[in-house]
Amino acid sequence: MKFLTYLSIGTLFGIIMTKSQAISWYRIYEMFRFDAFHMYGIIGSAVILGIISVALIKKYKFKSTEGTPITFSPKNMSIPRYLFGGTIFGLGWAMTGACPGPIYTLIGNGYSVILVVLFSAILGTMAYGILRKRLPH
Amino acid sequence: MESLIEWMSQPWPWYVAGPLIAFTMVLLLFVGKSFGVSDTLRTTCAIGGGGRVSDFFDFDWRKQVWNLIFVLGAVIGGFIASTWLQQPEPIPLAQDTVMKLQELGISNPGADYLPEEIFSWESLFTLRGFVMLVIGGFLIGFGARYAGGCTSGHAISGLSNLQVPSLIAVVGFFIGGLIMTYLLLPVILTL
Repeated sequence: MKFLTYLSIGTLFGIIMTKSQAISWYRIYEMFRFDAFHMYGIIGSAVILGIISVALIKKYKFKSTEGTPITFSPKNMSIPRYLFGGTIFGLGWAMTGACPGPIYTLIGNGYSVILVVLFSAILGTMAYGILRKRLPH
Repeated sequence: MESLIEWMSQPWPWYVAGPLIAFTMVLLLFVGKSFGVSDTLRTTCAIGGGGRVSDFFDFDWRKQVWNLIFVLGAVIGGFIASTWLQQPEPIPLAQDTVMKLQELGISNPGADYLPEEIFSWESLFTLRGFVMLVIGGFLIGFGARYAGGCTSGHAISGLSNLQVPSLIAVVGFFIGGLIMTYLLLPVILTL
């Protein structure tokens, strides 16, 4: 049952990402060139509604379907970690036009060569795990 | 039913897609999970025995299996959308974007989701294709974990929870994205 819950939420997400063209390399290129509002509209409206939703969940102390309170864990403060990590991620995002969600969705769309991007991303994650202690955080 | 499918097959505008992405995040919160796709890459490393090379991968990955099921759904969603909800028209890109890309040798911008000159198996064995796919993917995986999250974890989940670290990460995403788009891509695309 839980399996189907996660699977169907993921399926919804894949359809949204495809139909909004957020999986398109062109849309990401266009966003970084500030040529169109499309991607800013998607991310901006998602964040505004997200802020309102999270505030309401906290205010009314909603419980999850598991019966436990919905909690949010604050992220540890650091500047180099998020700035350096974020910049490296941004380089890759603008190159492949795909962040991790769209990577999976593009594979479902039949772009089998994106499996190479996924495999490289796993290698990159592995490399981070190995080098982690030597990087500024 | 047929008209519903026809309606859904149109490209979805931002004001439909954005709220639905927020809805996805809220659904995950209500089933007791948090929205963050790049965690699946770390989980994959852990399942593959990454704990032997770094304690970063030495954790109970069973608690993260739900996220692998979620991204399996994202694959299925992509399949459903491309099989039954496909729109025939090209992507309505900004004219400036189209002209710039044609200048850089992309012949038919917006005809498909991806430029076929770069995203194909034949291209993988060219210098340009290798850099775009292999190095690009590596930077995504490395950077997402270094920053502690990707677009979903920071830009959507983190900003929704008003996290300053996520804002710094998103600023980083744009620094990297702008360097790539304005300085590096013009070189890489003409390799």
